[in-house]
Amino acid sequence: MNTKGNTALRRPLGKRILDRWQLYLLLFLPLVFLIVFSYVPMYGVVLAFKDYKAGMTIAEAPWVGLEKFTKFLTSFKFTTILRNTLALSFYSLATFPIPIIFALMLNAMPGQRYKKLIQTVTYLPYFISTVIMIGIILSLLNERTGAWGSLYMNIFGRTAPNILAKGESFRHIYVWSGVWQSTGSGAVIYLAALSGVDPNLHEAAMIDGASRWQRVIHIDLPTILQTVSIMLILAIGNIMSVGADKALLMQNSMNMKYSEIISTYEYKIGLSADLPTDYSLSTAIGLFNSIINFILLIIADRVAKKLDGSGIF
Amino acid sequence: MDSFKKASRGDRVFYVVITVFLTLFFLVVLYPCVYVVSASISSGAALNASKVTLFPVGFTLDSYKLVLADSTVWLSYGMSLFYTITGTFLSVALTMCGGYVLSRDDLPGGKIFITLFIIPMFFGGGMIPNYLLVSKLKLINTIWAVILPPSLSAYNLIVARTFIRTSIPREMFDAANIDGASDLRYFISVVLPLSKAIIAVECLFFGVGRWNTYFTPMLYLTEKKLYPLSLVIRQYLILNKINVDKLMDQEKAEQALNLVAGMKYALIVISTVPVMMLYPFVQKHFAKGVMIGSIKG
Repeated sequence: MNTKGNTALRRPLGKRILDRWQLYLLLFLPLVFLIVFSYVPMYGVVLAFKDYKAGMTIAEAPWVGLEKFTKFLTSFKFTTILRNTLALSFYSLATFPIPIIFALMLNAMPGQRYKKLIQTVTYLPYFISTVIMIGIILSLLNERTGAWGSLYMNIFGRTAPNILAKGESFRHIYVWSGVWQSTGSGAVIYLAALSGVDPNLHEAAMIDGASRWQRVIHIDLPTILQTVSIMLILAIGNIMSVGADKALLMQNSMNMKYSEIISTYEYKIGLSADLPTDYSLSTAIGLFNSIINFILLIIADRVAKKLDGSGIF
Repeated sequence: MDSFKKASRGDRVFYVVITVFLTLFFLVVLYPCVYVVSASISSGAALNASKVTLFPVGFTLDSYKLVLADSTVWLSYGMSLFYTITGTFLSVALTMCGGYVLSRDDLPGGKIFITLFIIPMFFGGGMIPNYLLVSKLKLINTIWAVILPPSLSAYNLIVARTFIRTSIPREMFDAANIDGASDLRYFISVVLPLSKAIIAVECLFFGVGRWNTYFTPMLYLTEKKLYPLSLVIRQYLILNKINVDKLMDQEKAEQALNLVAGMKYALIVISTVPVMMLYPFVQKHFAKGVMIGSIKG
């Protein structure tokens, strides 16, 4: 059965490549897309070290070394932007255990049908797009036409305060709407891992008189620990990459002090009409961000390897 | 496995506690969804007087009539459908072809290709280099600017590769080979039919992503007639650029303003329903697909 494979290995490389021409044909298009849309933009990163002006090609732009990075790091906005980014990402990271707790609870809950219903309904917000999500937030928290206004009116008998106008509430709304939207879908991966628990373990523990709570702690939790650690590494590696899309939509003049983060600033410097555009500066900001992310990812991975021998690399 | 009736007293308390917690969370997730639907079929006057708390007040379909009478919404709805269907088809095709080829261990240079695909998962050019590329290719303000750039996802390709490697036994290939099937024939007649689960999950991921995206189109499109629904919704819902007089004659403008809130809710419902309808079809494949995604490559 394996003879063909073995003889194939012994044949010269050119012949082996020719044998597999159909595979190369299939790989051709994915490879073209990869090179054009992933590797070509990577070359564009050199813009961060150049002073690009509209109308030039990338090669024509003069080198300026680290000037653009210095400009960003010393700009008066830098500390605010960095503080906002870190606050938002660490606040989000703090909610990391919520889907895990949710999955453990759901897994331990008796009643198959109700369980299924909860899982299906809590998954649904995954399908809500960022634009719609912000639309829902703005509509629901409206002090008159939203659920917030109506509930407040019904309980206190007067018009609700406008919480959207308070800059401080930006972070809470940002993070907790994320929890609302992604707890159900985030739990799926842990639930899948939990379904792999050997039922014999539970039976043996029950015979020994373990309560359900003890079985959660000593059987269920250790089973998903590997998955948890991979997800945590990925979450830490993404800590600075708070995407521009959600924050940008939530920004208004009243919360700008809290809502301007690295990625929204990168967008505004580069492509929006709000600020004078500087392609090189914007690229430098993006590069600064991804370097920090990459370093964090490596550190998290090494730590995880030290702790329990798992890791993603 | 866990049954309430057979449980000890302590376990019963535990079950009650987690059931209460889960029910609370369930209601917290459900409430905004119900509210949005109720508000979309309530009258504008009731909304503005903060009367809607759970059930619709002053039932009316005016909000939907207004939304559906707006040609901008229709046009962008069509564009979104087009972007989603072509984009998802392209993405899934690229993913399956690439995933299959890289799953073969008898491919000379296979390791190099895999590394090539993994690197972009950790490092990318960023916003401006991508923008310059798209404008250099003269794609700005064309449908291709929305469809082409995000179509290859290295991550999903690696997931597909892992799926094919772990779920289709090597013996299958040897058997097909003895029967004289070429690599292409084997891909079409054996691998694709056996990969239905992963194809379903990928359709869901790519489809939802495509339908929901607004950032790429916002960067690359200025031509209004190419706008997908998400960009129109952004204008209406978030930038509050609803053109009221276009919808109503001048004397009814005040009444129309009343309707704006309801219209927003109707828009939310109309744009979210198509993606949610996908879910039941792929739900059964879901756990499997997600699990494979978590296996390290």
